[in-house]
Amino acid sequence: MPLSVQIPFTRFLDDQGRALDTLPAWASDAELLRGFYRHMVLVRAFDQKCIALQRTGQIGTYASTLGQEAVGTALGQAMSREDVLVPYYRDTAIQLLRGVAMHEILLYWGGDERGSAWTDPACAEDFPICVPIATQACHACGVAAAFRTRQQHRVAVTTCGDGATSKGDFLESLNLAGVWQLPVVFVVNNNQWAISVPRSLQSAAPTLAHKALAAGIPGEQVDGNDVLAVYDRVQAAIERARAGKGASLVECVTYRLGDHTTADDASRYRSDEALKEAWQHEPIGRFQRFLHARGEWDESREQALQAQVGELIAAAVETYKAVPPAAPTAAFDHLYARLPAFYQAQREQLAARIEALGGES
Amino acid sequence: MTETGKLTMVEAINLALHRAMADDPDVVVLGEDIGINGGVFRATVGLHERFGFRRVMDTPLAETLITGISIGMAAQGLKPVAEIQFMGFIYAGMEQLVSHASRLRSRTCGRLSCPMVLRTPHGAGIHAPEHHGESTEAMLAHVPGLRVVIPSSPRRAYGLLLAAIADPDPVIFLEPSRLYRSVQQVVEDDGQALPLDTCFTLREGADLTLVSWGAALKETLEAAARLAEEGIDCEVIDVATLKPLDADTLAASVSKTGRCVVVHEAAASFGPGAEIVTLLQERAFYELQAPVHRVTGYDCVIPYARREMAWLPDVESICRAAHEVMQGGEA
Repeated sequence: MPLSVQIPFTRFLDDQGRALDTLPAWASDAELLRGFYRHMVLVRAFDQKCIALQRTGQIGTYASTLGQEAVGTALGQAMSREDVLVPYYRDTAIQLLRGVAMHEILLYWGGDERGSAWTDPACAEDFPICVPIATQACHACGVAAAFRTRQQHRVAVTTCGDGATSKGDFLESLNLAGVWQLPVVFVVNNNQWAISVPRSLQSAAPTLAHKALAAGIPGEQVDGNDVLAVYDRVQAAIERARAGKGASLVECVTYRLGDHTTADDASRYRSDEALKEAWQHEPIGRFQRFLHARGEWDESREQALQAQVGELIAAAVETYKAVPPAAPTAAFDHLYARLPAFYQAQREQLAARIEALGGES
Repeated sequence: MTETGKLTMVEAINLALHRAMADDPDVVVLGEDIGINGGVFRATVGLHERFGFRRVMDTPLAETLITGISIGMAAQGLKPVAEIQFMGFIYAGMEQLVSHASRLRSRTCGRLSCPMVLRTPHGAGIHAPEHHGESTEAMLAHVPGLRVVIPSSPRRAYGLLLAAIADPDPVIFLEPSRLYRSVQQVVEDDGQALPLDTCFTLREGADLTLVSWGAALKETLEAAARLAEEGIDCEVIDVATLKPLDADTLAASVSKTGRCVVVHEAAASFGPGAEIVTLLQERAFYELQAPVHRVTGYDCVIPYARREMAWLPDVESICRAAHEVMQGGEA
């Protein structure tokens, strides 16, 4: 029976940060490993700040990445600059590595379109955060098809959660990626929850990676709390795509340690015991223990990192707060390349209304 | 091409696709059966042989996907021209159109854009199976950021399709399937686009403005000819771009004639005619001699082939509405 097909599962570190086997050769690059750790710490601290900003009314609803820092960190590191990211809404870790500024991420969640008008040319072609579930998978295939048409050796990388794998957009995209041999990598952050619906009620497939098989592309699982495992496998998938060998799916098994968003209360549907158990496997603690044991991290480095992270985040928050809201008429500015005559009257009406209120919206 | 050098609308569309692909290497064509088969209406015949599989892409049978990958291609600077086989199958791609194609530019403040064209046969009257005769352009015209264009002749199909492909924003190009092969016209392959966002005045007149688009213009023009014999001088306007509307031309014409009938195949309620009538009362109320009338499809599911012609606006209905409007204001 096809369901008995074994999906590979990769894990290098146990929960205590001990290597389970010989590590890949690239793992001897101590600076790369320290970079993983630094970024995961930054992402978690920034995430806590975002939640605090939401609780104090300074940004809107926010989707926390708590516990899933390893996936984006590894993925951002594995992508090349010329690749294109087509993300979903829990991708702070990877977006920061792509070149999106922290204050731009705050602008986005703070309710400002300019939060997706990134200024760093490194991420100029990346897609904005995608909210309608799984729709971005089609865009990634379109980007990859453009690479194919132009015969460029670039890769489109798209992310989604476990719930997204139930949607037609996701499955149609997998299917196309297989039949067109597209240079696209699907990374599923299986954090076990689609708001309140657990993975067990999402699909009867033994793993989400199995869904790749029907599309004729490789699918595999990694321990998404093990940054080394994620990096190793997504890098292989990206290089495979770049070499013209087609698409693949990497299911990263993680756990959503926070609520779905700040508008959610996971205690309604998730037990404290389950959450407590999940904390035993979270990615940052185990990686810190790993680095300590290898002599590549110590207390002074930790203190310096914490101070640096605090400063970066504080500066980003200040930059964010200093950006005044755009004029209400900006809603018309990028509706079309050139605003058609039909809309001019509405734009002027709105401008007059604002003017009458003394320039305040 | 026919022996007389005249083209049908579907041939004119094919000519425009050849022209656009030859002139711009970024133009690609995709959809179901559009490659070796040349499309079920043959609109893409010859493209596959001439431009190859990298630019002429037969897709799997998945309309959401076709719409969604067009967005990804367009964001990369390609100009995808996607075909949805019939308008009744466009709905699977609606989320991609409404949530992404129409707003990629505004969501990124212009960092990314979506210069794609989605072509699909529009309207009833070709005795096709159910779901093959839809006139639901109002759904699309409601969406900010989209353009909705409907040609009504081979020449306008050629020029407007070239304009749609060149346009930097997403365009839904609705092709009246009833007109695909029913009319022939000499079409110069001059590469000249016609203007979007602009109505075309097909006939000038002083007494009454008839406003329509797509296949319904056939009956509208026939009605205008018949009314002329009775001494009623009709102006006939082809809206051509439904979104955004050329309100200036419509208001100017009705200000001149003082009377108006809007004709469309689409169902009446919340149809495009409602928007046009509202615009006219906002802009030309004091010039109106009589209430504006609508002649439209009925508010029911479009009947199957045996009864579909009874559902479409016919010359009689248009003339009847014209007579009522002509009597209004003179009582």
